Amino acid sequence: MPELSKKDRMKIPRQPMPEQDGVVRSGNFKEVNLGFTEELAKMEALRCLQCPKPVCIDGCPVEVKIKDFIHLVAEGDFLGAASKIKEDNMLPAVCGRVCPQEEQCEAKCVVGVKGESVAIGRLERFVADYEREHLGLKTPELKPKTGKKVAIIGSGPSGLSCAGDLIQSGHDVTVFEALHELGGVLVYGIPEFRLPKDIVKAEIDSLKSLGVDFQTNAVIGFTDTIDELMQNGYDAVFIAVGAGLPYFLNIEGENLNGVYSSNEFLTRVNLMKAYKFPEFDTPVFNVKDKTVAVFGGGNTAMDAVRTSKRLGAKNAYIIYRRSDAELPARKEEIHHAKQEGIEFLLLANPNKFIGDKDGWLTGVELIKMELGEPDASGRRKPVPIKDSNYVLNIDMAVIAIGNGSNPIIQQTTPDINFNKWGNILVDEESMATSKKGVFAGGDIVTGGATVILAMGAGRKAAKAINEYLTQN
Amino acid sequence: MYKIVNAEFLAENIKRFVIEAPKIAAKRKAGQFVIIRLNDGGERIPLTIADSETANGTITIIVQGIGKTTKELNSLNTGDFILDVVGPLGKASHIEKFGTAVSIGGGVGTAIAYPTAVALKQAGNHTISIIGGRTRELVILENELKQVCDEVYPTTDDGSYGFHGFVTQKLKQLIDNGTRIDFVLAIGPIPMMKAVAETTRPYGIKTVVSLNPVMVDGTGMCGGCRATVDNKTVFVCVDGPEFDAHLVDFATLERRNRTYKESEQEALHEHLCHFDKAFEQGLKLNN
Ligand SMILES: Cc1cc2nc3c(=O)[nH]c(=O)nc-3n(C[C@H](O)[C@H](O)[C@H](O)COP(=O)(O)OP(=O)(O)OC[C@H]3O[C@@H](n4cnc5c(N)ncnc54)[C@H](O)[C@@H]3O)c2cc1C
Ligand SMILES: Cc1cc2nc3c(=O)[nH]c(=O)nc-3n(C[C@H](O)[C@H](O)[C@H](O)COP(=O)(O)OP(=O)(O)OC[C@H]3O[C@@H](n4cnc5c(N)ncnc54)[C@H](O)[C@@H]3O)c2cc1C
Ligand code: FES
Repeated sequence: MPELSKKDRMKIPRQPMPEQDGVVRSGNFKEVNLGFTEELAKMEALRCLQCPKPVCIDGCPVEVKIKDFIHLVAEGDFLGAASKIKEDNMLPAVCGRVCPQEEQCEAKCVVGVKGESVAIGRLERFVADYEREHLGLKTPELKPKTGKKVAIIGSGPSGLSCAGDLIQSGHDVTVFEALHELGGVLVYGIPEFRLPKDIVKAEIDSLKSLGVDFQTNAVIGFTDTIDELMQNGYDAVFIAVGAGLPYFLNIEGENLNGVYSSNEFLTRVNLMKAYKFPEFDTPVFNVKDKTVAVFGGGNTAMDAVRTSKRLGAKNAYIIYRRSDAELPARKEEIHHAKQEGIEFLLLANPNKFIGDKDGWLTGVELIKMELGEPDASGRRKPVPIKDSNYVLNIDMAVIAIGNGSNPIIQQTTPDINFNKWGNILVDEESMATSKKGVFAGGDIVTGGATVILAMGAGRKAAKAINEYLTQN
Repeated sequence: MYKIVNAEFLAENIKRFVIEAPKIAAKRKAGQFVIIRLNDGGERIPLTIADSETANGTITIIVQGIGKTTKELNSLNTGDFILDVVGPLGKASHIEKFGTAVSIGGGVGTAIAYPTAVALKQAGNHTISIIGGRTRELVILENELKQVCDEVYPTTDDGSYGFHGFVTQKLKQLIDNGTRIDFVLAIGPIPMMKAVAETTRPYGIKTVVSLNPVMVDGTGMCGGCRATVDNKTVFVCVDGPEFDAHLVDFATLERRNRTYKESEQEALHEHLCHFDKAFEQGLKLNN
């Protein structure tokens, strides 16, 4: 690496991410960010101060060796950098794209104290893409077969990462997935323009090549219960079924035609490819030249509103009851949404939906909010401003206020302990549930969280399952 | 891939398929359904499991061709494959010994009611079936039902066969003639289910209907199948599909099922020429 002083490094500006033009991309489903070139990546890597105590690592839920991998990038050893990341993160091409870096590693970055932090996420994405394009996915060494069998329920990031570790430890692994496609939220929730499905597919193909058996159309609880899996020879089970139960607002008019949960809207468009209707058979409400309102301020809300814009909506609103500062979505998504012409109606809350005589949505009554005292979450609590209600005319609504837990496993596995919200209770270290040989992790344990936490939980469980299988 | 081991038309536009799906065959209970997807790019649609044979590992579905996917499905034949079949989904029918149980099927609803009628008989009920169709050809499964039920009454709207009139008129006749009825199951078009609910309501007869909203995943993940029952929102795929007929908001269900009407017609139109040929071929082969 060229010898640069700390001062020189600090002088290099944060390298811009090449991206599709805002207007052009709001009409297509192709990825927004195009990724760093080798030159941009090396230049960005030079901004890293190589701190003796790299605090950025404390910000990473799985403690990726950030300092070391960036050093390798600066030296041009991109494949080496990819291997370094993969010691801790199984899905860097995914995480580089969707992690909330600005709240994690990049929030701790020392360079960011005075200026802009090193673009750790973009570098992660760059090396993962570089590896995939130049080497294909690398096949790690597999330990000798142990003869033990593990069933993994759910093929989201948690299930996939657990499968990857367990197959390498020599166990037979079967992943059961309820849907017809693999990848969990990565395929049915997060849109193509943010996370191309080919990237998820490449990860899954590499697990298949290692010998992981995938069974789609298998709703555990219905197709087989967990007890039946164990009677049929599985020595351990990992539950990674995510948080797949959409919350509604529970207000008047919510069952009018044109009101969707974000899960339904995104599933129709992403998984079922309704944006290619009628080439694909599944339809979705035709928003062309219509007005769409998405309720919520997280990543899901941003995904839904930007999707509706791409489907041709004339006006697309985010309606959120707190202010800009509290929007929980990744900063980049908010920024991209604004560039694409999404309008933000902040400090507004829906009272009821209004429909016409045939039951089609025509509007929503909103009430203005102001921020009061901080609530339990530490954020200032939004309170309605009296008599400030007004009606906004809309043709489609998407409710994106979060997901609860799907009750199928709970209803069919009485000896697993759940909390009152339907999340599985586990031992924090081993991810073991109250049922012997059964482990759980990801959103079903934490409630809706992040890809990196789900992945981390999958790996933690894999370690514990490996120990459990060696002892039993 | 799931193999179709037998396919035959029961009536114009209504076809019975026996499909290899051993896991589902072994587990399914009356009232449960599967979701199928015919091919890549296909839609996911729910279909009731009409019957199963554990020994052969097969399930039976009976399909009325009303739109793109069902018509395309009905153009398939013995030896063809269905890409995805997932199930058994939904709650099984609540079966107990009520006394006298009447199961009412309208059109393809007869097929959906059939497995539950069988289960009601097995539970020791005196079982009556009323099976309706617009015209003689559309009355299906009469022989199958005669083998299990104590009484079977076909009805036709045009009087070409059996009782001349609607299923509800037959039901009313039974009630008026003093038949003591303890339980009614009604499955068919929404107006029919609503009419049955109104027929039994004054008598306080426990009445159950099986709802047919548009579905996507069928596992409670999307909420697209929501309906209003007892003024509360339910997800039909996991909370149902069977509900107390006297508490269902049928108007909302009917309205929500019209959400994609325009798109559906477009999809159907796109494939019409292709399908017409295949469909006619299917008819020829089976008749
Ligand atoms: C629209 C959207 C956008 C998001 N954006 C971001 C983002 O930008 N960054 C970020 O970090 N996080 C984001 N998240 C959150 C993140 O996707 C989740 O935290 C993560 O996917 C959870 O992983 P998981 O493996 O626990 O579950 P999931 O990814 O939910 O996977 C669970 C899988 O289990 C399957 N399943 C469920 N029940 C059964 C059953 N009974 N039998 C068999 N299979 C079953 C499901 O079909 C699913 O495929 C987003 C979420 C959504 C919905
Ligand atoms: C739990 C459940 C069990 C079912 N079991 C059976 C069965 O055993 N046999 C069978 O033939 N059908 C059954 N149905 C109905 C079947 O799923 C629909 O007919 C099918 O989804 C229509 O798809 P399509 O693409 O052919 O028609 P589409 O093009 O989607 O629809 C064509 C027309 O049918 C109407 N329609 C759409 N969806 C439904 C629906 N779910 N119910 C009634 N009308 C609808 C539309 O408004 C439109 O006018 C069941 C539905 C449910 C929810
Ligand atoms: S079909 Fe999606 S929740 Fe019922």
